Amino acid sequence: MEYESVIGLEIHVELDTESKMFCACSTRFGERPNTQTCPVCLGMPGSLPVANKKAIEYVIRSGLAVGCEISLYSQFHRKNYFYPDMPKDYQISQYDRPLCLAGSIDLDMETYETRLGITRIHLEEDTGKLIHIGGAGRIVGAEYSLVDFNRAGVPLMEIVSEPDMRTPEEAKAYARKLRAILISIGVSDCNMDKGSMRVDANISIRPKGATELGVKAELKNLNSFRSLQRALAYEIERQKKAIAEGEPIMQETRHWDETKGTTSTLRTKEYAHDYRYFPDPDLVPMEFDPTWIEGIRATLRELPDERKQRFITHYGLPAHDASLLTETKAMGDFFEETVTLYKGDPKAVSNWMLGDISYYLNTENLEIDETAVTPKHLAELLKLMDKGTISGKIAKEIFPEMFDTGKLPQIIVEEKGMTQISDESEIEKIIDMVLEENASAVREYHEGKERAFGFLVGQAMRLTKGRGNPQLINRLLREKLQG
Amino acid sequence: MELYQMTIHELHEKLAAKEISAKELTESVFSRIDDVEDKVKSYLTVTRENAFEQAHKIDEKIVAGEAVGPLAGIPTAIKDVMCTQGTRTTCGSKILDNFIPAYTSTAVQGLLDEGIVMTGKTNMDEFAMGSSTENSGFFTTRNPWDLERVPGGSSGGSAAAVAADEAIFSLGSDTGGSIRQPAALCGIVGLKPTYGLVSRYGLVAFASSLDQIGPFTKDVTDCAIVLNHLVGHDPMDSTSVMIDTPDYTKSLVNDLKGVKIGVPAELMAEGIDPKVKKVIEDALELMAKNGATVAETSLPNIEYALSAYYIIAPAEASSNLARFDGVRYGYRAPDAEDLMDMYLRTRAEGFGDEVKRRIMLGTYALSAGYYEAYYGQAQKVRTLITRDFNKAFEDFDVLVSPTSPTTAFKIGERVDNPLQMYLSDICTIPVNLAGLPGMSLPCGTVDGLPVGLQIMGKTLGEEMLLRVAYSFEQSFGWNEHPPL
Amino acid sequence: MAISEKEVKHVAWLARLGLTDAEVEKFTRQLDVILEHAGKISSLDLAQIPPTSHAIPLKNVLREDRVGTCLTPEDALSNAPKTEDQAFAVPRIV
Repeated sequence: MEYESVIGLEIHVELDTESKMFCACSTRFGERPNTQTCPVCLGMPGSLPVANKKAIEYVIRSGLAVGCEISLYSQFHRKNYFYPDMPKDYQISQYDRPLCLAGSIDLDMETYETRLGITRIHLEEDTGKLIHIGGAGRIVGAEYSLVDFNRAGVPLMEIVSEPDMRTPEEAKAYARKLRAILISIGVSDCNMDKGSMRVDANISIRPKGATELGVKAELKNLNSFRSLQRALAYEIERQKKAIAEGEPIMQETRHWDETKGTTSTLRTKEYAHDYRYFPDPDLVPMEFDPTWIEGIRATLRELPDERKQRFITHYGLPAHDASLLTETKAMGDFFEETVTLYKGDPKAVSNWMLGDISYYLNTENLEIDETAVTPKHLAELLKLMDKGTISGKIAKEIFPEMFDTGKLPQIIVEEKGMTQISDESEIEKIIDMVLEENASAVREYHEGKERAFGFLVGQAMRLTKGRGNPQLINRLLREKLQG
Repeated sequence: MELYQMTIHELHEKLAAKEISAKELTESVFSRIDDVEDKVKSYLTVTRENAFEQAHKIDEKIVAGEAVGPLAGIPTAIKDVMCTQGTRTTCGSKILDNFIPAYTSTAVQGLLDEGIVMTGKTNMDEFAMGSSTENSGFFTTRNPWDLERVPGGSSGGSAAAVAADEAIFSLGSDTGGSIRQPAALCGIVGLKPTYGLVSRYGLVAFASSLDQIGPFTKDVTDCAIVLNHLVGHDPMDSTSVMIDTPDYTKSLVNDLKGVKIGVPAELMAEGIDPKVKKVIEDALELMAKNGATVAETSLPNIEYALSAYYIIAPAEASSNLARFDGVRYGYRAPDAEDLMDMYLRTRAEGFGDEVKRRIMLGTYALSAGYYEAYYGQAQKVRTLITRDFNKAFEDFDVLVSPTSPTTAFKIGERVDNPLQMYLSDICTIPVNLAGLPGMSLPCGTVDGLPVGLQIMGKTLGEEMLLRVAYSFEQSFGWNEHPPL
Repeated sequence: MAISEKEVKHVAWLARLGLTDAEVEKFTRQLDVILEHAGKISSLDLAQIPPTSHAIPLKNVLREDRVGTCLTPEDALSNAPKTEDQAFAVPRIV
């Protein structure tokens, strides 16, 4: 039987506010344990929450960016469950009155386009961090655990998608696109390594054409887009195999093991919680004035889709280039700044960014704004090529050093004496040497073997250590051979 | 007359006139504590040393000629449910036996800033759940009028302390009657302000949508004076109201002319001790004689108030008390095998039976499949009760009833029957559900035990409550004291 | 019966209260009486009545996004039953 998979994502994003969701403690990352706590975020008896207005604005901003309806009436609920990283043993979250409902994201999947639904976006507080001692730092096998509440109470936005995704690739593209949007509107850095963006996936399979949903598994510990895609692909195969072998699919939470490349049971439905949601009596309802919401809409920056369109029309880029360049705000900004400085062909900038630069970023697992290279570097590199100071080949050679040291290309070229030789008399001397040393190749050329010409060019380049201007070598060699 | 027997306003005059020092006053109160505390057992913690330090500071100010406020140097007891930085705060529970807060509640801080001398933290039913202090994790406080009887609860220690002259005034908290009922049973004045008028920051929560801090005083004038320094917007409490607070002492006018008093028939019906009812009727007659118009009214949905309360309060409590888990503070069961074992034993060993009952009741009322039938319905009943009050207040300025259906009952009499214990809150609970102010003041005795008159007001109607209470107090001339 | 022993056990587990069998029996009896009374309101027809979750009709009480002072770690941990490396220590979770 042919199966299709049904995937939905729950994405948690820590909002980039200065202070926590319900108290004035700093949200700074990476401080010493329990240095950013107060009676409120430690759940001390008698303490009370007061909601951070900025965090609410950020969620509404996010909702507007993905076309959500913004609730004019919203409320915080308590989600009750015991866990040591949760100071009050309930989480302030939202239940039936979330801030945003019913949005969507459009995806360009190269061979087709699709629109994926967003069910809701709500606001809650993050939990503290557990450090497991013994058992190689994993919860299973640990002797005991330590709790650091610095992250407890950081505003956390949860974006719940519709179960609209059918392939791991769509899931990955959706998550990437959402990340690009959230970064571009400035609500979060969405750094998956730091945990400021976390993705959980719900996945089930069903016979193709069926309308009913299969039993779903929830996948946790998906720490990168790559692991999201891999985990989903693995899980689809696992579920198919289970069905083929007549084993029931359990509703359960499964843990993705990045090294083994497999998922395993974390907890089954039998241990499912009864969260006993009820309206938090310590926090009063929110009622929004539509003009206030429109005010937030007015401050929204250009969204990735709009920027993509502008890149196509204004810079004349192919749609594919425009898509990739607008995937993150940093890439788009880098492109535009480079074009401004370079004043040359935007497509040349795009080629470099999507070619060598992207290759380097992927290998090093870096974002463009995390490297030493600035738009000035790339613009200068392109100008040097246009002027003929360096060849494309040289440019590619100095490129890694530029990334490693942050030195401007001009400097590297000068230090290494890599300037292109464009002096006609100098090239002529070299060609004369080549012709003298390769009499047989010259003969072959005259016998009509064009291949021999390429060989002679190569020899000339070799003698110039790659610095000879290729166009010049070509022209002069041709002239000499024919003359 | 001893200093410890006097009121705030009497003592303030003497302090301001340098007739007495804060030190002398503090000595007087502590000598009284030394004399009667063994019998009454109002306090969980006595903070003698700190008290004399505070008194010394006030004396220095007075000597230096600085103006001091009406509460400066006044010995004050605080219910042990309000956090006091550096001073043990137990909430009457073993689970917080050694808990020393890192901060002070807004209400207490406000009074400390006014220069009160804190005498100590008073006994209470564990986490304010109870009507007698018999649910205290430590001991039962005695009623100063009859040591065999309960002082009421949950703020029984604070009420007994003032009635026994072990403090000039005290603070309590009221979720379903926990200020008014012990005030009635101990023959003093107790006020539960409008929900949101006094900050709850630092008040260890029992039921967040019902809890409110208020004063116990010896007379209505003192009540107004303390209220002046308790109220005010607190940015740390999202449910704190933002209003320009009046000078409540301006409401101390002896004038009932034209005041319309309603008497809800449901609160004078069966279940009210006939002798208590008679005392209330006499009080109403006195008020009518002084110019008030008194008429019967009805709060038809009040019969559901107790049910709604005993769903809503435990539901909120089940969530509020989850944090006592042995992780960050308080008791932790020793030698736990794992986290679950620690949770189960910490909470089993740390909480008393009544707290466990209410946590389970609340957990049940919120759990899947029961939410709508219990919690959902209770919230709707709450709407009905609020509407009943609103309707009654279209015709009346205040409503009056007994505070408690009976006078103080015997220790042990109701401990085995939780429901019967809950029924003693029947008159006080409706006001909490509607968030209204309610006050209890002495209006006579039955068999030598005090009876409390409850006055209920409109939202933020404290001024009218004080006016009615003050007028009654002036004409009634209550001057009885516990035979200690 | 408004509540069974099985339900009491489940509720006690949800609330992390360890109960002995004798306590389960006692609490079931007591809770049954209370729920019997409180359950009076379950059968009321209140479909048209809005719920009240707050005693006073406040709304939009929000704070500006400003950083204030925190507790020192010493104060934060001063009441902790067990600490290690400036963190709260808890027994093994699984």
